[in-house]
Amino acid sequence: MFQELTGKLETVFKKLRGYGKLSEKNIQDSLREVRRALLEADVHYKVARQFIARVQEKAIGQDVFKSITPGQQVIRVVYDELTALLGGTARDVHFSPVPPTLIMLVGLQGSGKTTAAGKLARYFRQKGRKALLVAADIYRPAAIDQAEILARSAGVPCFHRREGTDPVDICVEAISFGQQEGCDVILFDTAGRLHIDDEMMNELVRIKKKIVPHEILLVADGMTGQDAVNMAGQFQAHLEFDGILLTKLDGDARGGAALSMLSVTGKPIKFVSVGEKLDALERFHPDRMASRILGMGDILSLVEKAEKAIDEERAKEFEEKLRKESFTFEDFLEQLDQIKGMGSLEHILGMIPGMGGNVFKNLSVDETAFTRIEAMIRSMTREERWRPEIIDGSRRRRIAAGSGTTVQEVNRLLKQFSMMKKMVKNLSKMNMKQFGKSLFSFR
Amino acid sequence: MGIVERLREGLQQTRQNLIGRITDAIIGRSKIDDDLMDEVEDILLQTDVGVNMVSKIIDNIRDRIDKESANAPERIVPFLKDEIRSVFMTERAPAGPLPPSSSTRPHVILMVGVNGTGKTTTIGKLAYRYKNQGNKVLLAAADTFRAAAIEQLEIWADRADVDIVSHQMGADPASVAFDSFKAARAREVDVLIIDTAGRLQTKVNLMEEVKKIKRVLTKQQEGIPQETLMVLDATTGQNGISQAKRFHEALNLTGIVLTKLDGTAKGGIVVAIKDQLNIPVTMIGIGENIEDLRDFDPEEFVDALFG
Repeated sequence: MFQELTGKLETVFKKLRGYGKLSEKNIQDSLREVRRALLEADVHYKVARQFIARVQEKAIGQDVFKSITPGQQVIRVVYDELTALLGGTARDVHFSPVPPTLIMLVGLQGSGKTTAAGKLARYFRQKGRKALLVAADIYRPAAIDQAEILARSAGVPCFHRREGTDPVDICVEAISFGQQEGCDVILFDTAGRLHIDDEMMNELVRIKKKIVPHEILLVADGMTGQDAVNMAGQFQAHLEFDGILLTKLDGDARGGAALSMLSVTGKPIKFVSVGEKLDALERFHPDRMASRILGMGDILSLVEKAEKAIDEERAKEFEEKLRKESFTFEDFLEQLDQIKGMGSLEHILGMIPGMGGNVFKNLSVDETAFTRIEAMIRSMTREERWRPEIIDGSRRRRIAAGSGTTVQEVNRLLKQFSMMKKMVKNLSKMNMKQFGKSLFSFR
Repeated sequence: MGIVERLREGLQQTRQNLIGRITDAIIGRSKIDDDLMDEVEDILLQTDVGVNMVSKIIDNIRDRIDKESANAPERIVPFLKDEIRSVFMTERAPAGPLPPSSSTRPHVILMVGVNGTGKTTTIGKLAYRYKNQGNKVLLAAADTFRAAAIEQLEIWADRADVDIVSHQMGADPASVAFDSFKAARAREVDVLIIDTAGRLQTKVNLMEEVKKIKRVLTKQQEGIPQETLMVLDATTGQNGISQAKRFHEALNLTGIVLTKLDGTAKGGIVVAIKDQLNIPVTMIGIGENIEDLRDFDPEEFVDALFG
């Protein structure tokens, strides 16, 4: 996510950091490149211009020139402004004090509303709420089937009416159904529509007037270009929505549309969708995102993810085992499972400082690597997993055949495993001071 | 003035066509200066052609102004149109899908693209079009991943009154493609259109999956599929280049179908795609009805870009 933009900005900042002294011209040149990077990331041209003007004013107004690290100061200003542009602090969905809370999803065709509805249903269910998915898209072929299937996988009920019922009536009926079922969150998946289609926009207005939702979320494609401001502006003018859910951010989308929509409508981004699976939905944190865009990583989210996926007790046990050299392939397998629970590798790597931009720009992460390692370990006998040293040539061939890999791959895995054990052994022998020294010797 | 009014007014301005805005900028100027070119740059940026393309176009126009010593501001608009038109003229692509000749039967079309661009809808329209031209059409539901994708294609097959080959959700898409090709031959079908799941171009395994679909087809018969079309959403920004590049690398695209041109987005990104990768646009989608598929016409497109 945002890799391109991050990479471009990193290059600009590297130059900026290199100056011992900054002149006004240095700053202006750098900011011109920042503007270019923003435009290439699909930030609306007006928004980009305003952004640069603000940064310039602040950077030149502050005591940047006197500072010992002037470049750093400018980057700080960019970071602060970017955070502000992204909406400042993370915002929650409005919950009604009296359940059920009604959440309406609106947006263009193909922005990912139905999938987002499924993800939100799962999200709320995980939070201990009882959600209901309402299929109010009666136009697109098989939209209702899709909502039903997604609701089923999310483990929530789905309300729909087959015949040509008016979507307004479907929504009204859904509320009483939800109340009967004791649901406390009701998600309305509306049909995709063009923002200039007055008749269809009017349908949304009618639904809004009738059910009075607590929250209207605009579902928008993260890959949208300059038109994002027209689209978001029209939805805002008709509906005054409350927040944005940004989808398809797991590719190399530059996400500039997000910045533009926010700045045009003043509505915060509340969720981002980062994958195809139902659990690939995250709350949006502007400060963390700003830091990710600027290549500073997002350690907070990473820690949160790790906390959710990894059992601390077990982690300690693993560490102890590694130290005592009793770490086996069985333990390794279990660890792999935990890492996989954190989401896609690419996504995780993007959160590590310095890993977001240029480092991985041209490298695509092969998500199947884990699967192959897993297959190899699963093709080992119990004894082999405990005592890998007994794995000879013939066993290697068997493991390769059993896992659909090659002997070379099995060799590599065995080698890596024994190296890992050795490394940990050496680490635990050193005291921390030595450890620190050896780390710095790499620089 | 409330926020809503302000927005409405803002939108009125953006809705005004770009040519109108350039004309406004021209009025009161006797010659083309840097300010005017800055204005033109802003206007071009809005069409999503991208900042590199904009620089290139502006540079070319400056050259032309020098060469022809044409310093009258009203020359800007024709120059602009010329520049963009010339991108598409370099190698004139056959407009629209080729009519299948009996020697190459079945004419196989593989449809690919990222999620939500309108692949399935486009297939429905394309099937209807071929059917109306008197061809026997078969659809293949090789999107076995997205919930209800198969049902969606079935409904389109019904509307276009053509046959469909489908497996269960979760089945191997390559095997659906394989079966559909066998069926197309057995039933003496003229046109076979294969729907695939939407996939982001950066997902290595999903791109491998779609490469496998193509490989399986080529193995059946050299030169199959005759067409590999990427469906691109006109609202897409600069990411469109990455989409075209990666899909082209993986599958050797024969063309692009630009959809959702009935909104306010101009789809200017195809200019950059044609310029950088030389992939032609063959068709455009302009609405939700089954007839709303047109051949791409560069002249029309350039007019619409500024209209």
